[in-house]
Amino acid sequence: MSAAKGELSSFLEGMGRVALLACEVLRSLFTIRINWAELIRQIHFIGYKSQFVVLTTGASTGMVFCAQTYFQFHKVKMDTAALSVVGVAMTSELGPVLAGLMVAGRVGAAMTAEIGTMKVTQQIDALRTMATHPVDYLVVPRFLATVISMPLLTILAWLVGIGSAYLLAGKLLGIEEAFALKHMYFYTDAEDVLMGVIKSLIFGALISLISCYHGLNCGNGAEGVGRATNEAVVHSCIAILISNFFLTLFLRAVLYPS
Amino acid sequence: MIKVANINKSFGEQAVLRDISFEVSEGESVAIIGRSGTGKSVLIKHLVGLLHPDAGEVFIESENLVGAAERQLLKIRQKFGMLFQEAALFDSMDVFENIAFPLRRKGLTDANEIKQRVEEVLGLVELSGTGEKMPSELSGGMKKRVGLARAIVHRPKIILYDEPTTGLDPVVSDSIDQLMMRVRDRYHVTSIVITHDMRCARRMGQRIIYLIEGQVYLDAPAGEVFNSDDPVVSRFIKGQSDIKEVGLS
Repeated sequence: MSAAKGELSSFLEGMGRVALLACEVLRSLFTIRINWAELIRQIHFIGYKSQFVVLTTGASTGMVFCAQTYFQFHKVKMDTAALSVVGVAMTSELGPVLAGLMVAGRVGAAMTAEIGTMKVTQQIDALRTMATHPVDYLVVPRFLATVISMPLLTILAWLVGIGSAYLLAGKLLGIEEAFALKHMYFYTDAEDVLMGVIKSLIFGALISLISCYHGLNCGNGAEGVGRATNEAVVHSCIAILISNFFLTLFLRAVLYPS
Repeated sequence: MIKVANINKSFGEQAVLRDISFEVSEGESVAIIGRSGTGKSVLIKHLVGLLHPDAGEVFIESENLVGAAERQLLKIRQKFGMLFQEAALFDSMDVFENIAFPLRRKGLTDANEIKQRVEEVLGLVELSGTGEKMPSELSGGMKKRVGLARAIVHRPKIILYDEPTTGLDPVVSDSIDQLMMRVRDRYHVTSIVITHDMRCARRMGQRIIYLIEGQVYLDAPAGEVFNSDDPVVSRFIKGQSDIKEVGLS
């Protein structure tokens, strides 16, 4: 229990500092010239190279979710509703959350380890002595690249998740494809899609800020980098899961006012 | 040009710098010596605003670094070049890009001028033709030379050297000393060297500041320090340990 209390207090303290870093990043966005070459390099690493994990996660989740929904709905003769449940869940919840968790694990860890290693080898001090603010040079391109990449990866997760669920439903479970598709279009609203996109933008911002914060503030030596990397992934995942709940309630109230 | 006034710095319970004051004039070359762990590296970080003192002030050409925001400090740091203990080269960039970095950050965009200036300093540190090598392909001495080239390429007014010869063999150390002297004499920059290598201190320091346990024990011209009769100073310069201290008595 005391370990959990310690973790919670470290998480909350860290999030306060992440908020200060977010203010610094926002200020930089309006005052510095964007390093386009670095931004494109980061998009390649964060977005392009994350496709495989997001694709695998999306396909697996879509198929498992479709199969489980079908097994329950089949008992009450609602087979064709299985795909619509997958559609709504993937667009508004599972797509952004799972893509976020995968990106936090793959990209967030790498970001923290890279920046943390730069810190312990005095490369960040070298940046500062060369009149370069670490937030401008290291954090801003990573922040922008993650915020740009996350919605695209989330859309990829939707397409693959729903596509694989559709194939499973039609080819293996014997669900009538035309009805299943019609129901999915009927029950999946534009608001669900918008909710997923907004969430993915926010998760992208959280992952990059938390990961960069832990890198910039990591302790000494290999142990310090290892601990910072571990904390960055754990805190990013917790932040995604907690914020997802509040975002669902908030966006539901904003996007579905009636 | 540089004025350090009564600075104190502690990390937790441990006092690292205690009431340190000194001044360095323009074009002067000062060596700060002392045993490992006496706060030399902490002191040099205060001179460039990488650390802030708990008390006291640091002035660079009448601008106070203490209390200045990080973005204000960036402007003041344009006057500095710094060679780090482990060179601190950016390992994602090759040698050319490492050296070109301060020029690009200063707003220089003309590719020909950048190339010419990088090649000039690479020639000065006797590493012409290594521009495409990555830092991981360089030896310790080569990394220090690239670090030195990066520190001087934007023609700073002040150069700080943090343990420039630590970890290098005597021959490579000698070449680094020669390069530092060449830079000092050619560009007439203000130089501050942190070292416990007495040959390096003797060559680079017109003035020596000797630190003991975070305090200035002696601040005097080099000749006076190296001919000192003070047993504490003379033992350090000769590299003699105190028998009582190592528990062999």
